[in-house]
Amino acid sequence: MPTASRDIIVSNTLGLHARPAMQFVDLANQFRSRVTVSKGGEEPYSADGKSVMQMIILAATQGTPLKILADGDDADQAVEKLAQLFEDKFGEE
Amino acid sequence: MEIKKGIGVSPGVAISTAIVVDADSLVIPRRNIPAARAEAELQRFNNALDQTIREVSAQRDDLLANQRKEIAGILDFHIGVLRDNSLTDQIRAGIRDKLGTAEYAVNTVMKNYADVFSKMTDAYLAERVKDVQDIERQLLQRLTGRYRLDFSHLDSDVVIIAHDLLPSQAASLDRLHVKGFATDAGGRTSHTAIVARAMGIPAVVGLTDITHEVSAGDQIIIDGNHGVVIINPDEQVLQEHRQAEIHRLELETERALLQELPAQTLDGHLISLMANIEFPAEVDEALRRGAEGIGLYRTEFLYLASEHEPSEEEHYGSYADALLRLKNRPLVIRTVDLGADKYTQSKGITPERNPVLGDRSIRMCLHDIPMFKCQLRAIMRASVLGDVRIMFPMITTLIELRQAKMLLNDVMEELEDEGVSYNRDIPVGMMIEVPSAALMAEKFAREVNFFSIGTNDLIQYTLAVDRTNERVAGLFCPGHPAVLGLVRDVIRKGSRSIPVSMCGEMAGEPLYTLLLLGLGLTTFSMNAPDIPEVKKIIRSTTMEHARAVARRVMGFDSERQVMHYLRDETRKIDPEAF
Repeated sequence: MPTASRDIIVSNTLGLHARPAMQFVDLANQFRSRVTVSKGGEEPYSADGKSVMQMIILAATQGTPLKILADGDDADQAVEKLAQLFEDKFGEE
Repeated sequence: MEIKKGIGVSPGVAISTAIVVDADSLVIPRRNIPAARAEAELQRFNNALDQTIREVSAQRDDLLANQRKEIAGILDFHIGVLRDNSLTDQIRAGIRDKLGTAEYAVNTVMKNYADVFSKMTDAYLAERVKDVQDIERQLLQRLTGRYRLDFSHLDSDVVIIAHDLLPSQAASLDRLHVKGFATDAGGRTSHTAIVARAMGIPAVVGLTDITHEVSAGDQIIIDGNHGVVIINPDEQVLQEHRQAEIHRLELETERALLQELPAQTLDGHLISLMANIEFPAEVDEALRRGAEGIGLYRTEFLYLASEHEPSEEEHYGSYADALLRLKNRPLVIRTVDLGADKYTQSKGITPERNPVLGDRSIRMCLHDIPMFKCQLRAIMRASVLGDVRIMFPMITTLIELRQAKMLLNDVMEELEDEGVSYNRDIPVGMMIEVPSAALMAEKFAREVNFFSIGTNDLIQYTLAVDRTNERVAGLFCPGHPAVLGLVRDVIRKGSRSIPVSMCGEMAGEPLYTLLLLGLGLTTFSMNAPDIPEVKKIIRSTTMEHARAVARRVMGFDSERQVMHYLRDETRKIDPEAF
């Protein structure tokens, strides 16, 4: 099974709060791949990218480095699109 | 079928469907299900989940249609959480693998998340704990059917299961459809008990955790005679209770025959029996039960039943209504006795640390003179419509009494100036419900036209017991020798110059009828349903016997002795008394 991953940094001001987390989960759910988002540092945590609750628990505030990992036949595409969300700062102005 | 034992505070048997009133925080009992039921329980959870998602989505669409995007965004998040499979799978595992009820599984999983969220350092994320709790409540409500209820518009008969009934809830009850109460908290004199007796419906209180045992829609028997609540009774038990209720009603019919007969002892002493009411409409029931008048009209419900402070016209309208029904029989109006309850505490700028010893009752009135005068004006205007008497509650010092009387005089002068008629000679009385007033009865008797002993507060302040606190409610006892000593002295000292009555719960308890009679009490005011029984006891004894009983009781040094002795003596003259 192909896997893909990408390291990103949370750059939007509010971090992964409710609305961005929802956006991420909604998008992740459009792929067949399993999506995991993990955080290192002092409180490492791996969230199921399709679970909004776990994405919130990730407590990814602005500046937090994250690793997006996808595992499945559309892994490359999933990682690509999901990373794009962070780059676009979730549409925050 | 499950049987729960509590304290029966209002007689009768109610058989109906339960509605459960939410306590502020839901505590879900850990209950396991048999493995065979797991599938059904899963289905129940899935249905509740689907229903919640549907209803929250509809709410969100409504909000969007009304341009309320911010709130709609919050609901979007809630819907997202409800659709979170990793979350719902955890709940399903709680049912399938750990065999918990759906409620319990929802509760444990959501509580875990709430704990994690509340520990987050980011303030925004920590705030999401409120969403988690909200979502949990949404699910639990659909599972248990425990919606917040408006009791004023019910369309079928119910019994109410609650932790404790809030005064505001009690005030707005649909009197047609509410057939009984059962509560976790409370004692014989709790608010629920008072309301239930006033409404003449069965109630059992002090059940500790009945709200957790009963689900909405359960078939419930509330047996107020025996202090028992039966959850989902089987057919045989149901039949037995229907039979017992028929028998009780027959007994009651028999007692109703007493209505026309005077409350007179065998040796010819006439006693006055009055009723306590909260609503003017209760006058009819009181008269039907044989009351000679109203010895206590509690006016608090005028305040509790509406959102705003009642206007002078609203006061006047209620008093006029009661007087019309009474047809010149006496009506003792107690000025508002609010305070130390949720109504006043929520209005206060700073909550009081010890509201029961705080700004309540007459003290509150003397601090809010416009409000107080509004009621006094209405009472005085109504005073020409019948035999109106006015009574001040919770008087602790002579100064308070004098201030209250001065305000009453002010009101009379104002009415005089306006050319409005009133009864200048209206009898002015006071409640004796604080030990300081009881101890100074002789001095107070010179300044009022009558006393009325309020036993509930007198006991609370003498014994330092909060009767609504289930952990100490057992210490609340009218038979305590200290309480009896105060009651005896007030009757003795007051009666030398003015009439003394009693309007507390004690006056309506058949257990104390002989004793109070023997102590020289000549006016008893009680909840209407208690009148026939008290009258029966009065008619079955002599004053001589009652005095002997009182002498004996005053020699005892514990409430146990008092109660045992009184029970035996009362049963001798009326075997059906209890």
